Amino acid sequence: MEWETVIGLEVHAQLMTRSKIFSGASTAYGAAPNTQACAVDLAMPGTLPVLNEEALRMAVKFGLAIGAEIPDRSVFARKNYFYPDLPKGYQISQHDQPVVANGYIEIDLEDGTTKRIGIIRAHLEEDAGKSLHEDFHGLTGIDLHRAGTPLLEIVSAPDLRSAKEAVAYLKKLHSLVTYLEICDGNMQEGSFRCDANVSVRRKGDPCFGTRVELKNINSFRFVERAINYEVERQIDLLESGGQVVQETRLYDADRNETRSMRTKEEATDYRYFPDPDLLPVVITSEFIESVRKTLPELPDAKRDRFMEQYGLSRYDADVLTSTRELADYYEAVVRAAGQDQAKPAANWVMGELSGALNRDGIDITASPVSAEMLAQLLQRIADNTISGRIAKEVFEAMWEGEGSADEIIEKRGLKQITDVAAIEAMIDEVLAAHPKQVEQYKSGQAKLLGYFVGQVMKLSGGKANPAQLNQLLRQKLGSAGE
Amino acid sequence: MHDKTIAELSAALAARELSAVELTQALLDRIEAHNGTLNAFITVTAEQALEQARRADERIAKGEAGALTGIPIAHKDNFCTAGVLTTCASRMLHNFVPPYDATVVARLEEAGVVMLGKTNMDEFAMGSSNETSYYGPVKNPWDTERVPGGSSGGSAAAVAAGLVPGATATDTGGSVRQPAAFCGVSGLKPTYGRVSRYGIVAFASSLDQASVIARSAEDLALLLQAMAGFDERDSTCVDLAVPDYRAGLEQPLDGVRIGLPREYFQDGVEPELAKVIEAAVEEYRRLGAEIKEVSLPHNALAVAAYHVIAPAEASSNLARFDGVRYGYRCENPRDLEDLYMRSRGEGFGTEVKRRLLIGTRALLAEYYQDAFLKAQKIRRLIHNDFIEAFKQVDVLLGPTTGAPAFRLGEKSADPVQMYLTDVFTIAANLAGLPALSLPAGQVDGLPVGMQLIGRHFDEARLLNLAHRFQQATDWHTVRPQNFE
Repeated sequence: MEWETVIGLEVHAQLMTRSKIFSGASTAYGAAPNTQACAVDLAMPGTLPVLNEEALRMAVKFGLAIGAEIPDRSVFARKNYFYPDLPKGYQISQHDQPVVANGYIEIDLEDGTTKRIGIIRAHLEEDAGKSLHEDFHGLTGIDLHRAGTPLLEIVSAPDLRSAKEAVAYLKKLHSLVTYLEICDGNMQEGSFRCDANVSVRRKGDPCFGTRVELKNINSFRFVERAINYEVERQIDLLESGGQVVQETRLYDADRNETRSMRTKEEATDYRYFPDPDLLPVVITSEFIESVRKTLPELPDAKRDRFMEQYGLSRYDADVLTSTRELADYYEAVVRAAGQDQAKPAANWVMGELSGALNRDGIDITASPVSAEMLAQLLQRIADNTISGRIAKEVFEAMWEGEGSADEIIEKRGLKQITDVAAIEAMIDEVLAAHPKQVEQYKSGQAKLLGYFVGQVMKLSGGKANPAQLNQLLRQKLGSAGE
Repeated sequence: MHDKTIAELSAALAARELSAVELTQALLDRIEAHNGTLNAFITVTAEQALEQARRADERIAKGEAGALTGIPIAHKDNFCTAGVLTTCASRMLHNFVPPYDATVVARLEEAGVVMLGKTNMDEFAMGSSNETSYYGPVKNPWDTERVPGGSSGGSAAAVAAGLVPGATATDTGGSVRQPAAFCGVSGLKPTYGRVSRYGIVAFASSLDQASVIARSAEDLALLLQAMAGFDERDSTCVDLAVPDYRAGLEQPLDGVRIGLPREYFQDGVEPELAKVIEAAVEEYRRLGAEIKEVSLPHNALAVAAYHVIAPAEASSNLARFDGVRYGYRCENPRDLEDLYMRSRGEGFGTEVKRRLLIGTRALLAEYYQDAFLKAQKIRRLIHNDFIEAFKQVDVLLGPTTGAPAFRLGEKSADPVQMYLTDVFTIAANLAGLPALSLPAGQVDGLPVGMQLIGRHFDEARLLNLAHRFQQATDWHTVRPQNFE
């Protein structure tokens, strides 16, 4: 039996406003519990919400970036349920008139094609607080610090057909919201959270199977694992004659499994109704145009420009534009090193630099090797001052804070030897020291050329220009096995 | 001095015939003497009041006084007052001391008023007789066997009994106008959005409006002047210039068109009371107004629509009273559910629980279409009725209630009978219109209220009409015998 997976994702992106969505309290992360909750956030009697215009602006910006419809009227609704960290007993959210409707993004598939993933809606809402179950001797602590933080809930269409596609979509979305500077994308701190609706059906079946909502999947890796686990669970269930139950399941990353949280029968009736404390939001075309002016170059457009302007492959351009900071760094390197260094710059940024950043867990904006420093290094390779191999040593030294490429080359005496006489002298010395190998080479063992190159290179301390060395060595030895 | 109006007291203070401290002390003494009988106050803030009075006297001495400087008032106990108990007449908030002032409280304080205390009310403003208060019912000063009306019964009774010349109140379905009518005082519910709701404990957000009760239209104008205007903390508050209400009081009524809605003079109005209203209409005719009959065809649906919308909003607004952060919490909860169930079960009274259940049901997905959305459609029709009527006339006039104050306990066993006492007042809330009740006469020694309803933001005209009537008649100066 062939099965098809159907996935839709709901992403909660925390918007980077300075104050909360309906109050003036700060949204900064990490302050002591309950220190950033004002009377409105605490739902003190008589307090009222007032919409933060910046949150609306960010939502509209997102809508414009995904080619969505921005209705001229949007309505906030109350989602009613009791929970200790939900101070008002309802969450202000949006129900049937969200601020963004019907957009899409494109993802790259493994076979090299692209696929359009629909985004049904994106709506604004406030976050709840946190319940803390540890350290309170059997009691529960409530931290309302996060209560009222603005969220944009982004709901995809059920267009995703595998865990890999889900991850590609999520990464693309992550890149987009950070490009737009509306979300910091920090998954560990919960700024970018994902729930997945997963179902399976027989290939060719026009109807969707029963879906299960997976909660608590807070990294790209877990999304893939959780979905794959869930898909297998559902297929096993169906193939053994069982049925999938519509329910919410929690992903346990430690055990790599999903567990039932609540079934549909237990689902709450949220009694949505328009919030009478907030008038419908009227979004004028002037407002939309003012937001459009703030749109940066978006990832797809930047990728296409990188391919065109720097002659990069689609893959390289994709990697380099995966974040706005990486793309900015790359362009700064090319600006400083020269257009002819576009390809080497891509290789170095994606290779040595990314490797070092990953190894040390450093963000590109805090890289000890600046774009200008890397550009100088590329120029020294290009003008034959150093070889590519020596350049790696210089890079490591720069990374350790020893100075610029020129300073390190000078201090360590790494300047490449390009003087023909000096190289010839070293060749002569090596050949004289290895008469037996010279005999063997001449009698046909051509691969010994590499051995001689290595010996001369060693003698030069790695500084002999490799191209010159090869050429001069061939001249001295004559061809092998005549 | 306790039977003087705010305008008169203001003049006396300005002329230094009286100090704010003397005035405050005299009224505190009256509260001391009569509150045991009336139960109009939940909290009396004597010390704070005398301190405010001293500061007011300083302002007056420096020549920095405004019309309200040194004028004692009371706030209904659903207005948050910084550092002063704010109970909403509920066990749920029996211990709640807000750290902030409602915008109305802050603005009146800014104007120099002296707060004598917090007045009793129906619990969470849900009631029409003041009998649902956790602190016991308020008595009507005209007959202490009778209710003062509700929910602003404490404010109305305190003003009628001369304990205070003016008081704030709120009106969600008639909570200012009905008690004003029952107690023989003047009450104004402004247009929805005219006065900030910030800091008023919400009952039904789309209907609640901060209001005032006083002994004359002129006093209402003085108080409204200080309260009205845009507040950025209330998204439903309208950013519209506030006119000078006192300046328009004397306008002649020649050519003003007064509409008598047919539906306000049919069933449910006692004949004796109807005669009082008819006499008042004659008075307006003499004052130069044109009288016309109009129709509000959907008025009969108002009570039903209101009793879906108001409880629906209340069911959500009152969800915050969960025993977690403030207010009443049950003893030794076993677990979270027990904490919720018992804190709310023990903290709320019967009428509040009834409305929360009705409202919760109206919002369930299963009933939303047939209950909540239908009620909203009716609300729109009622609104349109008024818009049509106001094409023909400038003001609508009718009785505030169908009968004078009823006896304590008379309707408390029958919620529907109780709800129907608001049949003439509810529509103005549904349409967001300003409405004023003023004393128009008496039936069997009990005051009768006449209601004026105006166009949106046309409070000035209502005050003008009420003032002219009060200049031509004396009904607003008649005081209950035992409290003269």
